[in-house]
Amino acid sequence: MSQPEILNQAFELGFTYTRSTGPVVGRFLTELKKRNIVGIKASDGRVIVPPMEYDPDTAEELSEFVEVGQEGEIISFAWVKHPREAHPSERPFAWAMIKLDGADVPMVHWVASDSEELVSTGARVKATWSDDTKGYITDIACFELV
Amino acid sequence: MSDENEMITGIEVPIYLKYNFTAGAAPARFLSQLKEGKLTGQSRSDPGAPVYVPPRGSCPATGQPTDTEVEVADKATVQSFTIVHIPIPGNPIEPPFVVANLVADGANISFIHLMSECDNEQVHIGQRVQAVWRPEEEWDYSMDNIKYFKPIDEPDVPVEHIGKLPVTGLEA
Repeated sequence: MSQPEILNQAFELGFTYTRSTGPVVGRFLTELKKRNIVGIKASDGRVIVPPMEYDPDTAEELSEFVEVGQEGEIISFAWVKHPREAHPSERPFAWAMIKLDGADVPMVHWVASDSEELVSTGARVKATWSDDTKGYITDIACFELV
Repeated sequence: MSDENEMITGIEVPIYLKYNFTAGAAPARFLSQLKEGKLTGQSRSDPGAPVYVPPRGSCPATGQPTDTEVEVADKATVQSFTIVHIPIPGNPIEPPFVVANLVADGANISFIHLMSECDNEQVHIGQRVQAVWRPEEEWDYSMDNIKYFKPIDEPDVPVEHIGKLPVTGLEA
């Protein structure tokens, strides 16, 4: 048998999922569309953002939504020098755990910054909204350093 | 217009995995021949060794390379089949349609293809079929060169004989 030519081809596998958001995540996203950020009060009084449907300790159903601030504090972060295609920014950026004012746990989002040196644990950041909010986590376009 | 206060009940969260697929030596050989309108398998070099269509380059039974190329017929036997009634997202074929595992004459394992020009309810194991090819100018490195397989007027192959030509080489 002769050596065959090398055959290769681009191939894309797509899982086109839709996800039912339920009453709690649905409310969170609905509030994002209105440019509000809400958490939920857990059985021990902590405010959890994004809200979860069941209490992490007692498993009881949660329903008391609490609006939190649009500014917060970087708890930890990871600087991305070389963003990849799926990343939210084409320029270097930071993934960050951000504890919003009024929340008791941090949530993950990304921080826009001109340089890595400006980003630090404890730095204050503020949510920047997309021009067109539609009820999705990307309605918060990014967080910017205050 | 959607209500400003309308509750979000669902979101789209697609995941796309992008690959660059390289066929490898044996499948590339298979696909190159397919572009010429030929179905070819591979076999170990010892006499009576099983013929694999499509080939992967080695014998799954013994691990030896399948370095002998064997052209097989475009006639085949139905080994098993499914009548698909539920539409599959992204699949342009309208149900109901028949997907079958077919063993080409001269091969010992099956490949999957479509059956058409048939009464779906009459499709059965052991049925004889033949490839319906696309026009030659459309041939590419693809199993799609065959549009589908259609039944032919030949006696059924008994179940115990489908794909069960003598398999030797395991004794040693």
